Amino acid sequence: MTVATENSYLTGAKGRNTRGLLRLVILCTIAAAAVSSRLFSVIRFESIIHEFDPWFNFRATKYLVANGFYDFWDWFDDRTWHPLGRVTGGTLYPGLMVTSGAIYHALKALTLPVDIRNICVLLAPGFSGLTAFATYLFTNEMSSTPSAGLLAAIFMGIAPGYISRSVAGSYDNEAIAIFLLVFTFYLWIKAIKLGSAFWGALCALFYGYMVSAWGGYVFITNLIPLHVFVLVCMGRFSSRVYVSYCTWYALGTLASMQIPFVGFLPIRSSEHMSALGVFGLLQLIGFVEFVRAGVPSKQFQTLLRGFVVLVFSVALGGLVLLTVSGVIAPWTGRFYSLWDTGYAKIHIPIIASVSEHQPTAWPAFFFDLNLLIWLFPAGVYLCFLKLTDEQVFVVVYSILASYFSGVMVRLMLTLTPIVCVTAAMVLSTILETYLSMKSPKSDAESVAIEAAASKKNVPTKGGLRSMRNPLVGIYTVASKSTVVGAMTLYLLVFVLHCTWVTSNAYSSPSVVLASKLPDGSQHIIDDYREAYQWLRQNTKEDAKIMSWWDYGYQIGGMADRPTLVDNNTWNNTHIATVGKAMSSSEEVSYPIMRQHEVDYVLVVFGGLLGYSGDDINKFLWMVRIAEGIWPDEVKERDFFTPRGEYKIDHEATDTMKNSLMYKMSYYNYNGLFPPGQAQDRVRGAKLPDVGPVLNSIEEAYTSENWIIRIYKVKDLDNVGREHGAAASFERGNKKKKAAKKRGPKVLRVE
Amino acid sequence: MAAKRNARDVTPSPPINKSGTSTPTTPAPVVKSATSKSKDANLSAQEVAVAMWDNYVKATPQRMKLIDVFMAFLVVVGVLQFVYCVIVGNYPFNAFLSGFSATVGQFVLTASLRIQTNAENKAEFESISPERAFADYVFGSLILHFFCVNFIN
Repeated sequence: MTVATENSYLTGAKGRNTRGLLRLVILCTIAAAAVSSRLFSVIRFESIIHEFDPWFNFRATKYLVANGFYDFWDWFDDRTWHPLGRVTGGTLYPGLMVTSGAIYHALKALTLPVDIRNICVLLAPGFSGLTAFATYLFTNEMSSTPSAGLLAAIFMGIAPGYISRSVAGSYDNEAIAIFLLVFTFYLWIKAIKLGSAFWGALCALFYGYMVSAWGGYVFITNLIPLHVFVLVCMGRFSSRVYVSYCTWYALGTLASMQIPFVGFLPIRSSEHMSALGVFGLLQLIGFVEFVRAGVPSKQFQTLLRGFVVLVFSVALGGLVLLTVSGVIAPWTGRFYSLWDTGYAKIHIPIIASVSEHQPTAWPAFFFDLNLLIWLFPAGVYLCFLKLTDEQVFVVVYSILASYFSGVMVRLMLTLTPIVCVTAAMVLSTILETYLSMKSPKSDAESVAIEAAASKKNVPTKGGLRSMRNPLVGIYTVASKSTVVGAMTLYLLVFVLHCTWVTSNAYSSPSVVLASKLPDGSQHIIDDYREAYQWLRQNTKEDAKIMSWWDYGYQIGGMADRPTLVDNNTWNNTHIATVGKAMSSSEEVSYPIMRQHEVDYVLVVFGGLLGYSGDDINKFLWMVRIAEGIWPDEVKERDFFTPRGEYKIDHEATDTMKNSLMYKMSYYNYNGLFPPGQAQDRVRGAKLPDVGPVLNSIEEAYTSENWIIRIYKVKDLDNVGREHGAAASFERGNKKKKAAKKRGPKVLRVE
Repeated sequence: MAAKRNARDVTPSPPINKSGTSTPTTPAPVVKSATSKSKDANLSAQEVAVAMWDNYVKATPQRMKLIDVFMAFLVVVGVLQFVYCVIVGNYPFNAFLSGFSATVGQFVLTASLRIQTNAENKAEFESISPERAFADYVFGSLILHFFCVNFIN
């Protein structure tokens, strides 16, 4: 509350310095709060990288630090996507790695040699402090009250919607992207307010940085043109708009094309066409304005206006034509599924299979933003009251971002900044109103006036008495302090909520599973690293590991072994190949594995521990993705019982029981239990008495809690038999009295 | 591409566009006064153009004219590049893009400079003096050329 009150009593010449100092102290405190609230997982567990994607970023950063920038730029990674490899330099956003590499070298130059892992782990908390500062600047541009910026900064600092993607150890692109997003918007607002080419150019530079950091830059590419377009439609075109937008577009587009992964996309793809279209439109309007200044005739103006509309519609038609004819690439599936929300589920199962790409439920909004979500609409309404250029931006941003965050869970991240800003504007308006202690006149005087007025005017004037009184408002200290007290209470509850959510929901590394023992002590399940370490130490340097794509990055990062597929799902067919190998019988999958030189197969199995994110639960997605490519060989229907149930117990279908995934998951699992009591704790099902038999692969390693199981692919049989025949011979299944019947013979073709 | 090209083509030659668009619309109005007015406009289309040109030559300061000449030159260069690209094909596409966008970007930056330094727009840009506008222009152009040279390989 000091934030808002400071204004009322710290006035005058000395007050300015005090205010500046207070501001600085508050901002530093906010940054400290933002950083420290993200450290739960580091303090509780250890300083490691979480999740899946960050492991690749970490690996790439290590490569950058070890080999220098140019090698990193041209890095061909032959340890992923095994037969194909990955042109890493051209298929990643290098901003994150380059940033942490730069920090690493800067610290080294300051004689503070810090391990690159620690820089990667702590990058996101560090940048969240900067995000809070950028939000402060951004909000200050929006609102005239001095407290709004500080409130927005603290909201942004601790709002769980942003913390969820930026805890320590989450070394993902979003870690720096949100800072860049907010800062780019700040520069844009600055540019459009001043009409300055300098700020426009700075905005373009930071836009370029943002493009190098995150694929979500498309959001900026569409939001800024939309803002300008709305301004033009409102009749608010001015030369400031022209200068700032054209500078931003000309420089920003060139800057974005410098990133190899983006390349010619800004010219060729539909997502970027709105920016180009608005650029053309602004040229037209600018030209018309120029001509209009020279010609007074009114008729001429209408002609020109018609001319603008004509050219605009012709350009739009041309754009549509080019898109239809294929010169301009249509929307990518990932982007298109934002509009047609049913698209991904039907056509591209791999997009729908990611849990982050699901629609958001209502409680998630409250969970992630608590009281901010209530203040958010009020903030947008406030912007409507005083509609300047930058308020239009807030309105456009909030509408667009709320739609997107409703469609996809992960886009909650882009909504959070604007929610913080608008909520801070509302709250600061409330505090501004109720914290000002000055009342217009002393009570007695106003009462006297009122009495006099009522005596005189009661007969002549109708209406409510309070309406006649010119001094409407709340001036008693009690009511003011009630409102302010309530707001303070809400703010305190907000802080409590944020801390609770961060501590309980968002601060667990997925690599290490924590569970509570009955006596309350913590038990750590560390099977992932156990198994990856085994792979690292007990296999050949170039042993290829086949697993489902979820674990590709972790295997590459922790086990340091080549993989077939990984989380960068650029080749759907290759993933489908792995899906087919996993979901087919051994006779079918063994040749596939041989063809791809697979040495080990890794599956995740949570049946013993009740770990639900295992491969049997993901199995249907493997089937679906494989079915998309080989509809004749893999059929999803075959994995369901006749009643349409997905079962793993004795009712399971033969296709299910013969699939490689089923066999690998439940191999030897019966032996853990007394006979007939094998139990799968995730599916809650009793397993059949006879476990599966594996012929072409053999168990190589199973971790302590059976979460990770690794199998070695057998070599070809020495005497050229099928693996099934060889294994059954070994087991002595051959009948003692083999009938001397001759099988149907075929010609030997030599 | 389409929108940009249109914007491009429009800029260099105002008189042609005016007469071209005004002719089809003039016969439409039936009301007397409107017809006479539009006829007047139609008759004087050429005159208006000439008057505009005279007015421009007289009223525009020297510095603005200099900027305009540079902008016209940029338009010519851009159109030439585009025509060459259409005729020969766009094989080193990045080279074409960087050359073309250098002209477009420079044109836009110069237009911004012209707007900002124009005395009539004083109210719009009270915080930017002409010197500041020129410094911004230099800053923007340097960035532009860095990116273009980097992109042309």
